[in-house]
Amino acid sequence: MTWYAALGAIEQGLVYGIMVVGVYLTFRILDFPDLTVDGSLPLGAAISAVAITSGINPYLSLVFALAGGFLAGMVTAILNTKFKILHLLASILTMIALYSINIRIMSGPNVALLGKDTVFDAVISYGVPAHFAGVIIFGLFALIVLCFIIWFLGTEIGMAILAVGDNPQMIRSLGVNTHTIVILGVGMSNGLVALSGALVAQNQGAADVGMGIGTIVAGLASVIIGETLFGCTTIARAFIAAVLGSVVYRLAISLALGLEFGDFRFNPSDLNLITAVLVIGALIAPNLRKRLIAR
Amino acid sequence: MKKLSLLVAVLLSLVSFNAGAATISVNQFVEHPALDAILKGFQDYLKEQGVEVEYNVHNAQANMGTATQIGQQMIGEKADLLLAIATPSAQATAQAVNKAPENMKRPFLFTAVTDPVAAGLVKDLQHPPKGITGVSDLLPIEQHIKMVLSYGGNIKRLGLLYNSGEANSKSTIVRVKALREKLGFTTVEATASKTADVYQAAKSLVGRVDAIFIPTDNTIVSALESVIKVGVQNKLPVFAADVDSVKRGAVAAMGFDYYKHGYQTGAVAERILNGEKPENIPVSFQKDLQLHINAVFSEKMGLTPSAEFLKKATKVYK
Repeated sequence: MTWYAALGAIEQGLVYGIMVVGVYLTFRILDFPDLTVDGSLPLGAAISAVAITSGINPYLSLVFALAGGFLAGMVTAILNTKFKILHLLASILTMIALYSINIRIMSGPNVALLGKDTVFDAVISYGVPAHFAGVIIFGLFALIVLCFIIWFLGTEIGMAILAVGDNPQMIRSLGVNTHTIVILGVGMSNGLVALSGALVAQNQGAADVGMGIGTIVAGLASVIIGETLFGCTTIARAFIAAVLGSVVYRLAISLALGLEFGDFRFNPSDLNLITAVLVIGALIAPNLRKRLIAR
Repeated sequence: MKKLSLLVAVLLSLVSFNAGAATISVNQFVEHPALDAILKGFQDYLKEQGVEVEYNVHNAQANMGTATQIGQQMIGEKADLLLAIATPSAQATAQAVNKAPENMKRPFLFTAVTDPVAAGLVKDLQHPPKGITGVSDLLPIEQHIKMVLSYGGNIKRLGLLYNSGEANSKSTIVRVKALREKLGFTTVEATASKTADVYQAAKSLVGRVDAIFIPTDNTIVSALESVIKVGVQNKLPVFAADVDSVKRGAVAAMGFDYYKHGYQTGAVAERILNGEKPENIPVSFQKDLQLHINAVFSEKMGLTPSAEFLKKATKVYK
């Protein structure tokens, strides 16, 4: 792995880390397995790309993306709470609907952002080299999102979200409307995922309707990697671990891309397999070490 | 100290001089017979010309996030030339090159991109931006549809089967529909967003059209066999837009061999490796057109190609 590729992996890890924070919120905190994210990530990208190409400030476009994602999450949660559709199915329905909606928003499957204004231009204009701008901007965004979510879960509403995930019966008996809390929580989660998608699109130079495929897979993998490697004893630690898990996941891909032993090289099509093996290695290493020490 | 670093520099230059081979980093979007054929044609051309090349081939396995990471990986590899195959990979690579520090930028060549202007890669096909050029796989659509309509039988209603999520397909479909009045045919569309939906989408066209036309669509072409099955069962001829699909059972296709597309891309790569500036090479289009016919499946789908057609064909599967 070259330093440049590592830098790219960290950048990708941080920007997808915002998505992982959203996934953690539904998957772990609310106990709501949510597949909407495969649709809300490209939704955020689509909204941001269309906004930018019609001359709207790239930072402002992020707000639109966030709002769009929030709405998508609300739809899933309303289908689940008000209409009693199983959470998995509700989120799948929203996800497949978003595929068509995203194509509508972009009036096509792909909107190019190459050469357009993006959130990076402000930083680059201060003389920061373009290849560092991504890490700085995404690091900053991830930090803001982390601070916000950790603060938010300490507020009264945040506590209610935690309680709904832990023990819905108890919180209902206290007179809290669990439906509203679930709608808010899933909405926030998808808002963050859409924000991540908007930033990803600005970084890769295009929004594409296919870019959401595999989002939930990467999200869940990052959550578990984070928990295993960095722990989840407190809320703050768990969320930071989720973002770091995302960085580790991207570093594994990067490592897999450049892996060779002497003259032996893997086939390009082996990429996903090698990534999986590297992640497995990272996950079982601490366990193995513990066992060896115990002996 | 200064002497030592000079010595190291000399040694390093010797090493790279002895290696002799140029390095090319490749960003391919997905494993796909057409895209694989492009890479093969590209490599074969350079080999035949005696250009010694070492390849770093990467495949994003259809994941945009990975394509972006491969773009950055390739900048780090400091190859002499970057090659991107298919639109999403080309966009990701272009962005990586834009962001790279000046001394790490490398000439960038794209291929298998249908509309380089809409993809944001170039503004003017004749004058691409600094360091970038490519080869477009824009289909000769009018000739193609004329061939379908005159192939045999009485084809007036054309079913268009594609994935509305693919940029390439969408632009092809728009161009097909623009020809309706001029060539006198009607269209019915059916879309599938993933390979598992293709069979059902193909079935939905039965009875409503005289023939099915498939553009160069990754999703549909991946599940081509299910369309062929529907075609054979219902005597509904299936035409493809890429000749590779004819071998798999499509009645006929006029278009180009993706292998030749790669071959032509290889020729552009050779010019760049010889020192020509990419920005001075206009974006080119596929030159050699071919007609491939599958006589066996023609009969199975109820069409007999005329002798005249068979004579025109570059290749006939019997």
